[in-house]
Amino acid sequence: MILKTPKINRRSFVVGSAAVGAGLALGLKIPFGASVVRAQDGSPEITAWVVIRPDDTVVIRIARSEMGQGTLTGLAQMVAEELECDWSKVKTEYPTPGQSVKRKRAWGDFSTGGSRGIRDSHQYVREGGATARTMLVQAAADAWKVSASECSAANSVITHSPSGRTTTYGKVAEAAAKLTPPAKVALKDPKDWKLIGKSVKRLDTMDKLTGAQVYGFDLKLPGMLNAAIKDCPVFGGKVKSFEAAKVKGMPGVRQVLPVGDSAVAVVADTWWEAKTALDALPIVWDEGPNAKVSSATIAEMLKAGLDVDQAFVANQNGDVKAAIAGAAKKVEAVYAYPFQNHAPMEPMNATARYTADRCEVWVPTQNGEAAFAATLAASGLPADKCEVYKINLGGGFGRRGAFHDYVTQAVLIAKQVPGTPVKLLWTREEDMGHGRYHPVMQCKLVGAFDAGNNLTGLHMRLSGQSILSDVRPEALQAGKDPLVFQGLNPGGDFGIGYSVPSLLIDHAMRNTHVPPGFWRGVNINQNAIFLECFMDELAHAAGQDPLEFRRKLMSKHPKHLAVLNAVADRAGWGKPAPQGVHRGLAQMMSFGSYVAACAEVSVSGGNKVKVHRIVAATDCGYAVNPAQIERQIAGSFVYGLSGLFMQECTVKDGHIEQTNFHDYDSMRIAQMPKVEAIVMPSGGFWGGVGEPTICVAAPAVLNAFFAATGKRLRTVPLKHHGIQLV
Amino acid sequence: MARLTINGRSLEVNVNPNTPLLWAIREQVGLTGTKYGCGVAQCGACTVHVDGVAVRSCVMPVAAVAGKKITTIEGLATGSVLHKVQKAWLDHEVPQCGYCQAGMIMAVAALLKDKPKPTDADIDARITNICRCGTFQQVREAIHAAARA
Repeated sequence: MILKTPKINRRSFVVGSAAVGAGLALGLKIPFGASVVRAQDGSPEITAWVVIRPDDTVVIRIARSEMGQGTLTGLAQMVAEELECDWSKVKTEYPTPGQSVKRKRAWGDFSTGGSRGIRDSHQYVREGGATARTMLVQAAADAWKVSASECSAANSVITHSPSGRTTTYGKVAEAAAKLTPPAKVALKDPKDWKLIGKSVKRLDTMDKLTGAQVYGFDLKLPGMLNAAIKDCPVFGGKVKSFEAAKVKGMPGVRQVLPVGDSAVAVVADTWWEAKTALDALPIVWDEGPNAKVSSATIAEMLKAGLDVDQAFVANQNGDVKAAIAGAAKKVEAVYAYPFQNHAPMEPMNATARYTADRCEVWVPTQNGEAAFAATLAASGLPADKCEVYKINLGGGFGRRGAFHDYVTQAVLIAKQVPGTPVKLLWTREEDMGHGRYHPVMQCKLVGAFDAGNNLTGLHMRLSGQSILSDVRPEALQAGKDPLVFQGLNPGGDFGIGYSVPSLLIDHAMRNTHVPPGFWRGVNINQNAIFLECFMDELAHAAGQDPLEFRRKLMSKHPKHLAVLNAVADRAGWGKPAPQGVHRGLAQMMSFGSYVAACAEVSVSGGNKVKVHRIVAATDCGYAVNPAQIERQIAGSFVYGLSGLFMQECTVKDGHIEQTNFHDYDSMRIAQMPKVEAIVMPSGGFWGGVGEPTICVAAPAVLNAFFAATGKRLRTVPLKHHGIQLV
Repeated sequence: MARLTINGRSLEVNVNPNTPLLWAIREQVGLTGTKYGCGVAQCGACTVHVDGVAVRSCVMPVAAVAGKKITTIEGLATGSVLHKVQKAWLDHEVPQCGYCQAGMIMAVAALLKDKPKPTDADIDARITNICRCGTFQQVREAIHAAARA
């Protein structure tokens, strides 16, 4: 996922954070009596990232959102590594988007998608910690009237080595906050890290065990009312009419309101009353121009794109047409990937309070700044009259990053009930029908072999939706959506792992009225199925072992090859599997990390698939918290295999047919394979963790299914083939 | 009006008797640890104990549980002493986003009451809660750890 907020210039940010973040912009101008920026409890900020309380508690600010992926703990580890503080005294807090605006984005980008919580902020958060440590040590040295170079810091204690004197961070914090921050700080060599790379416990577990954790949907405010909403089932449609009088007398009902031109909400004392009344409310929809669109018409449109001349090219070398024309053997296949919903466990929600001169929103969001922008737009108020408070997320997976339709709705409702906080909660049915769906894509692949069974050419033609053309058209490159090609590029964070003498990868853009969105992994997921299953097809067509066949094409891609070799070795590729068990492989580069999986499956009765074991390797460059990375890897197979076996959002008469988990199922514990994670950071780069592994889940299992049955399944989900995950 | 006994407290709740227990717990009693995920007894995020049995409260009318002993996630620990399932969850760092975990923990606590040493097959049959983050590997480990505790 790559979300909407523009990238900032990291270098200028770092300078900015040292000056503004430390609250010492004034201090620089007024050498004596500098003003200190204070947290709500009065404790001084040392830098924007670090507040130190008198009792030595260290509060680390986290700009990215924690939604289960562990970034809150990982980012705190990175600040603490350089701060040299006592980890047992670390607490965290989210700065607000409104504060960020006032302080010229002192905390950088809030966007939490694209697996970049850590890989895009590692530099400046570590510098935030190092800057604070330098100032704390200087403050102690000043008090002792010694040189800072004779002092050292560890575990929140500062020691003057020659005299043996010690003090603590809490004791010097006030003085440190008044100092001018150093213009430059040196960061530790990775070999000296003590906290980064260590599987410390997450900081946020306890409240999730007792019911104490407050998610967006749990928020309570004095005098708060509750709202339930229905948007037009057909995307692009509108409300024609509704009969408010029919439900106004129902228990608890306060208001029946239009929301924009496409939705209706009931506001009531409790949400259950609001929902009950909304279900009873007669609404007539104007379904608009898309009321006849179906999955079949969309599939036809995509199919037509597989053979057209006009297409955006992302990766090309050699002459693929000549290679195919002159091939001794040609292999061809067409694959397809459906619309899928995110279905986070916590349905969409937001709470808003509006008055003529202030609008506040409480929302579980992957991007506080984007939620803030939605608040400004919907309220019509300027930035200094708006604020967004980030609340914990019950899952995000991309749904809560670039899109804040529920924030817009909550504000539009609150504007009609001024002064009263209103919590809007979607039903699961509303969530299923109004997603920002994983885009639909088809792919035609043609491989060419010479007489010696060497692969001489490969053409991959993608045909389907572009997320950017819907979400951020200004980011298109002369019409091309670069995100479509995740995992298929010549290099970069999504580089292909194969060298083929003649290669062409192109995209015929075919957009639909069903809105596409970023989804955990998103385009890499279907691209991995297309490429890695077809590589398996090619290997079999050439009569070669799928691992050996890949290795020959991967000699110039050592990091891709290393993770593939790691899973093959651990799984015992080439050695006999248990009776009835068959193996399949897949590898990919995704969000800057190299990932591979070897799946072991058995198939009974021709259609019951048991995934026994998956060995999965990740080279993410640096591994900040290996235990959490292992959990992200294991969880990726739940999300990825649920998508492979069970999930499609089909379109009928312009609307999404699925309504809840009974027809949009998700994996249960009985279906969970044993996942053996190999975390193998090779150093020198920062790759993502939350999303990359998802993409190898499906192709590894599909290739193992072929090994077991001799059948290729080229469309998702497998339930449509009568296949069950057991 | 209905009288409910929740976590040892007897309470009057002023709702239509058809109101699902989930919403009475959340909106009348004010305990928000029990979650809404689907409203149709598919996901298990709303699991509570009714007379010690795991129940999906989103489809259980308040009228059906009057006079019965209801336990929510907030009532599982004994004072500040965590239930052995919560303790195992802490040790194994099970939760990711955590939203489904209250229901998962309640389902597991009921399972262990019936089957103190559950097999993997017992777990597969009884724990059918949905977790979209995908914590199942840690859930299974933690169940076995709690059974040993």
